[in-house]
Amino acid sequence: MTNMIELRQVSKSYGQGDAEVHALHKASLAAIEGEMVAVMGPSGSGKSTLLTIAGTLEEPTTGEVLIAGQSVKDMSKAKKAQLRRRTIGYVFQDFNLLPGLTAAENVSLPLELDGTSARRARVVALKALDGLGLGNRAGHYPDQLSGGERQRVAIARAMVGERKIVLADEPSGALDSANSEAIMRLLHSACKDTGMTTMVVTHDAQLASWADRVIFIRDGRITDQTTPLAGPESLLVKAASTNPELDR
Amino acid sequence: MSVRHAMLALLSEGPKYGLRLREEFEAQTGEIWPLNVGQVYTTLQRLERDGLVESDGDSDSDGPQKAYRITEAGAKELDTWLRTPPDLSAPPRDELVMKVLVALKVPGADVAEIIQAHRRYLVELMQQWTHIKEDGDPADLNSGLAIDAELFRLDSVVRWLDAADARIRRAKADAESPFANRATPAGDSPNDERPVPNGPWPLPRLRGNSRQEVRTTQR
Repeated sequence: MTNMIELRQVSKSYGQGDAEVHALHKASLAAIEGEMVAVMGPSGSGKSTLLTIAGTLEEPTTGEVLIAGQSVKDMSKAKKAQLRRRTIGYVFQDFNLLPGLTAAENVSLPLELDGTSARRARVVALKALDGLGLGNRAGHYPDQLSGGERQRVAIARAMVGERKIVLADEPSGALDSANSEAIMRLLHSACKDTGMTTMVVTHDAQLASWADRVIFIRDGRITDQTTPLAGPESLLVKAASTNPELDR
Repeated sequence: MSVRHAMLALLSEGPKYGLRLREEFEAQTGEIWPLNVGQVYTTLQRLERDGLVESDGDSDSDGPQKAYRITEAGAKELDTWLRTPPDLSAPPRDELVMKVLVALKVPGADVAEIIQAHRRYLVELMQQWTHIKEDGDPADLNSGLAIDAELFRLDSVVRWLDAADARIRRAKADAESPFANRATPAGDSPNDERPVPNGPWPLPRLRGNSRQEVRTTQR
């Protein structure tokens, strides 16, 4: 299996001297094709910095980032921008949709920026929206959509063009539990069905529990990760051995 | 989990045989609380003894040929039970809370690491439940509700661990601050800097309540 995202001993500092802040300290991790990884930690633990560095939006102070096996260290700005347009999609807590564009236009925009014709981009965008149950919302502007719908548009925009990687920062932070579940279900099934790799950063255990693996971060250091327990059915077996209390 | 009241609820739909009651109970609880046949008949016998259900058929037998129906007293008992909130007024004896509080007193114990070990285990359990939910039939309402209840319960424990972690760090930072008004001489063990109050938390006393015991690390 290919490592689609790989961080090798990545550190990130801001400021200098006494004002220097270490946001990340020698963080190493990898996510393979089709895997959903969650990075879980409290506010200020460095998880969002980790995501922006993994997404090549920021450069590490030291260490190396590899996307689909390719180091981005010596890549030109243009090449990195192309990598971001074609390979990596981003989902943010506050959706980041452009308010003056319809749902379809928001989704087709990254394709058009990458040189796809407007007509072709629209066809692909409509298909992507349809796949997420938003076929009838394509002509709506963001302020005409519910929070859950806006985030699904943002996911369609992140995935459109068969991107291999989606990076999500608290993707359901602004949503209620039913919409959160819908968003995570959607992202996880996309990983399984299309081989897309997703990295989600969150402080929320319920959201993280959708991931195949949860990596814990604290003070800019990766401290721990989950290991798959026995198959999920083991919980049902366990429940079966715990008899309900009999009332007398 | 009150099997007794679940049986009354199932019988409120109409008379049923014991075996069918067992099947329906498991279906209603998303097969998370399976029952054996013995439990079903023991519960039914007690309900009959208390006048909450009546049976047809051979009175000496508890076999599958015996049908049960709810009595008026049983319907009233069920209604009262549904409307009565469970007693949540007293904090349960929570093993995990105890462990964290005790860890604060153990010299050299890395409390953050201990908290993380519990956090990881809880998240692993949540991953399993989420996968069961994901693979399940979305139309299975009972299963979805039962799994959500378990996920929210585990999530609340993770949130408590997160809050405890932050509170302990803050307390330690305050104690180490040069502006702190220290009551103890410098050089004490960091674990002794914030003594744990006599009770496990600032409530008058931790009261035992076996009915409400919450198991956070083991089912």
